[in-house]
Amino acid sequence: MAIVTVPGTREQPGSRLRVPVRAPTRRGRRVRDNLTGYAFLIGAVLCFAFFSWYPMIRGIVMSFQRTRRGVTTWVGWDNYERIVNDPSFLTAWKNTLYFTVLALIFGYAVPFFVAILLNEFRHAKGYLRALVYLPVMLPPASALFLFKYYVYDPSDAGLFNAVLKALHLPTSEWMQSTTMTMPAMVLASTWMNMGGAVLIYLAALQNIPGELYEAAELDGAGIWGRILHVTIPQTRLILSLMAMLQIVATMQLFIEPLILAGGAGTQDSATSVAYLIYQHGFFQNDLNGAAALGVIMLVVLAGFSAVYARLTARQDAT
Amino acid sequence: MSRTLISQAQLRRGRGKAVYWTLLALVLLVFTLVFIGPLYWMVTGALKSGQEIAQTPPTLFPADPQPENYINAWTRLNLAKLLFNTFYYAIGALVFQLVLDTAAAYALSKLRPAFGNAILGLMLATLMIPAMVLIIPQYVTVIDLPILHINLLDSPLALWLPAVANAFNIFLLKRFFDSIPEDLMAAAVIDGAGPLRTLWSIILPMSRPILGVVSIFAVTAVWKDFLWPKLVMPSPETRTVSVGIYAFAGGTPMNVVVAAAVIAAVPTVVFFLIFQKNIMSGLTTGSLKG
Repeated sequence: MAIVTVPGTREQPGSRLRVPVRAPTRRGRRVRDNLTGYAFLIGAVLCFAFFSWYPMIRGIVMSFQRTRRGVTTWVGWDNYERIVNDPSFLTAWKNTLYFTVLALIFGYAVPFFVAILLNEFRHAKGYLRALVYLPVMLPPASALFLFKYYVYDPSDAGLFNAVLKALHLPTSEWMQSTTMTMPAMVLASTWMNMGGAVLIYLAALQNIPGELYEAAELDGAGIWGRILHVTIPQTRLILSLMAMLQIVATMQLFIEPLILAGGAGTQDSATSVAYLIYQHGFFQNDLNGAAALGVIMLVVLAGFSAVYARLTARQDAT
Repeated sequence: MSRTLISQAQLRRGRGKAVYWTLLALVLLVFTLVFIGPLYWMVTGALKSGQEIAQTPPTLFPADPQPENYINAWTRLNLAKLLFNTFYYAIGALVFQLVLDTAAAYALSKLRPAFGNAILGLMLATLMIPAMVLIIPQYVTVIDLPILHINLLDSPLALWLPAVANAFNIFLLKRFFDSIPEDLMAAAVIDGAGPLRTLWSIILPMSRPILGVVSIFAVTAVWKDFLWPKLVMPSPETRTVSVGIYAFAGGTPMNVVVAAAVIAAVPTVVFFLIFQKNIMSGLTTGSLKG
């Protein structure tokens, strides 16, 4: 906090008296203004430097190094080779991509249509919005223990199986079944996270001029026609931004497998790339390998973002 | 209110009206079940005995409520300490972010020192980097801070300082400060106010809404975070509540773990009920209107 008070004291009358006759030169004043600016910036800049910018470089550097008994040596692509040859490597990518795609189908479309629905109601608006957002406020660990123990209980005592049984539908072993693990994680994750997206879409929907719907209706467009030709084009920017954000978020899938499936899950059915990073870094004592996997993840996400940006740009051009 | 997908007139007339009210009733029912149902299940499930929870079909109400599950959770997991830790970290993160990020955003928006835009660019670039990618090098940095060679493990600073490196905060604050007219600043300078005085007496009072948004995000982020506090706060005495519950989950009965999870969620739910309006409007100011 001392840093912040420095510029203030600079402006005290005392310091001004020291240059009484001649006004400060323009250059001198600019230097002083710059210094004041930097004094305000320094705290945040140091935090960025230590905890964002430096680790970014450090991550890349350490992925080419190996530290053994305190001695660090350059090892070229060894870490990458080791991580790629990990038997879980391909499974982790497959699982993560599967989760991302499933989450895109459910977690992406559902909030948008929920927002469209909620936007039509003239009553109980506040209540419905609060309901949808409530799970977002829960600590994920709390919500996931609820799912793990009480909802996805593989016996018929769990909430889902009890409901399915009451409806005479087939029950499932959820996290203990290799095929249901991923859908179950997507469901829990969507429940926990969709509130934010719904509120953002609702705000976007409110910015659509009513005349557009009016005009579309006069042209004979039904409800679907209006959604297709007015709602979606009018919210296209936010929709594509949210798709991007969601994909980047779901590719980092970590806490769901950790808590719901105890990490790897039944026959590696829950292992994600992020979990593999954690596993290598903190259980196999292989921070360098974990860093290499982090770099791979960064490259994949950056590559994906570039392709995505190009695709959406082309769409905008046409 | 301007018209939406379906016109006001259509909703007021005979069939439209009937459909509207049926749909509203249905949505109210379904949404309450979907979003409150699991919470009800959680709170009442933690009241059941181990035997009752394994019973099929499950009971809707606890037949023989066991409030001692909650007491058990409170004492066995030392929840008072865990909750206090989390609260302390959240408040600290809030103070650090408010002071340092506000100062930085003010400098970038109003003082505009040389290379300010380059610095802003570098800050915003960090938004592109997924958190998971940085977790390993960040951890290595925290256990041996470059130049200073300090180990921040188990120190609250390991949560507070990285929290300041939040480009989203800087972006929100700077954009808000940008909208404050230059004339006000010029008037303050003529009155002899220095930059700190201007920030304190002119900018900050006008920025209450955005400061509220940043504060809410800062507090909930700490409360919800899991992996980072798990890594940098490894001792049982310094754990956050989520990490503490996870650490105990292995050797503790299910009901006690869920009871602890309920207690851990109470503060955020209460926080939500109090600041509901600000949270929901803050979320949209944060993401839209760009």
